[in-house]
Amino acid sequence: MAASLRQLSEPIVDNNPITVQILGVCSALAVTTSLSTALVMCVALTVVLASSNVVISVVRHHIPRSIRLILQITIIASLVIVVDQVLQAYAFAMSKRLSVFVGLIITNCLVLGRAEAFAMQNPPWPSFLDGVGNGLGYSAVLTTVAATREFLGAGALLGYPLLPSVREGGWYQPLELMLLPSSAFFLLGLAVWAVRSRHHGQIETTEFALRSQVLREDR
Amino acid sequence: MASFEVPSWWRRFLALPNESPSKTLGMAFLVSAVCAVVVSSSATLLKPMQEANRRVEKNARMMQMLRGVPGISELLQDVGAEALEVEVVDLASGRFAEDADPARYDASQAGEDERASVVIPPALDVAGLGQRARFATVYLIRDDQRLASVVVPVYGKGYQSILRGYLALESDLDTIAALAFYEHGETPGIGARITEADWQAQWAGKRAFDAAGAVVVTVAPGVGEGPHQVDGITGATRTSLGVTHLLRYWLGPHGFGPMLGRLRGAS
Repeated sequence: MAASLRQLSEPIVDNNPITVQILGVCSALAVTTSLSTALVMCVALTVVLASSNVVISVVRHHIPRSIRLILQITIIASLVIVVDQVLQAYAFAMSKRLSVFVGLIITNCLVLGRAEAFAMQNPPWPSFLDGVGNGLGYSAVLTTVAATREFLGAGALLGYPLLPSVREGGWYQPLELMLLPSSAFFLLGLAVWAVRSRHHGQIETTEFALRSQVLREDR
Repeated sequence: MASFEVPSWWRRFLALPNESPSKTLGMAFLVSAVCAVVVSSSATLLKPMQEANRRVEKNARMMQMLRGVPGISELLQDVGAEALEVEVVDLASGRFAEDADPARYDASQAGEDERASVVIPPALDVAGLGQRARFATVYLIRDDQRLASVVVPVYGKGYQSILRGYLALESDLDTIAALAFYEHGETPGIGARITEADWQAQWAGKRAFDAAGAVVVTVAPGVGEGPHQVDGITGATRTSLGVTHLLRYWLGPHGFGPMLGRLRGAS
């Protein structure tokens, strides 16, 4: 039980897929302009990640090494299409706002990364927990970034205005930069910095020294 | 517990070494077959709901477009929804089909049906459609029996998808009141800008036909000038061209031309 719980909680901060493994960043930039799209994206990704991990883990002993990536991607792609179809049927307006990004879960390196790194070697139950845990880790970062962007960029959360904006006669001048994709980079960078300044173990050793340092040492 | 018999060939297949060619091929076929069944059954099962969603969206877009047209929104408010008259029109003759039930006719379905559609002669097929339904659903807005506006569905090839929208003409059947697209699969941020309110607003007041009656309204490559042009979309040449072409076709003699001629004669 304790082990399961650890497996579920570890990817949320200690081994977060985005801030530590820097996986799945591309979609994190695209859907975080508002909290509602980010939440739906989180649910979609967690469902895909958990179920693809389970399916791949169930058949892992019978996957020929030569075609393993093809099989993994086929399974992941099918699951993504199913999720996309369900969204189009039950949350049509939301699926329109997410447009291509649900389909792009297929190419989210996080899903293939967990399938390859974890589900191929582990039984279904731990794989399921790993999928949910990583999904939650992704969600934690995505919701934080999206909440910050929507709050500062539009003065609202989940579409409910919290700060009266100048356009509606209030005092808050929305920070338009927050609605542009680059702001997600800044926020992710700040998040990585914040997490790593607490957890020093996550700081990677420099593989290559900066050229200026090398030159100085030569002198 | 009842033990069910696992076929021996299945056990033999699973026992094969993973790297053997037959197992590799077998697994590839098996995985793709299972995935195909899962994907196609989810698509088929959910299709009715998705189509209902699309219909709602389509109607909402049309009402939104009509509400945005100056004059029409007031008219709709004044006389209520009855001002909107739905007709099924026979495109070749331009006559309204008396016996057709507008509520049950679905032009997009008929367009795929061999018997309910006609092949468009290649010389006339500027919009790249191939074939179209014989009938189309049009909306007429009347103000005290006088025709105030006609709304016709238009569609045609864009850059990578079919653009579907509504075109509203004013009572002179020449001045465009509005053009709105409700469905497309163009590149987000580029071709998809045809659904932006700013771009669509340009259409109001443009003239579709020249003095000789030919369809001349165009999406200009750049800044549109004069009463027959609107601004093109930067980077979306093919989408812009697609819009021009679909208007050429649908307002032309093989599209709604005959119907517009009859309506002009009647007023």
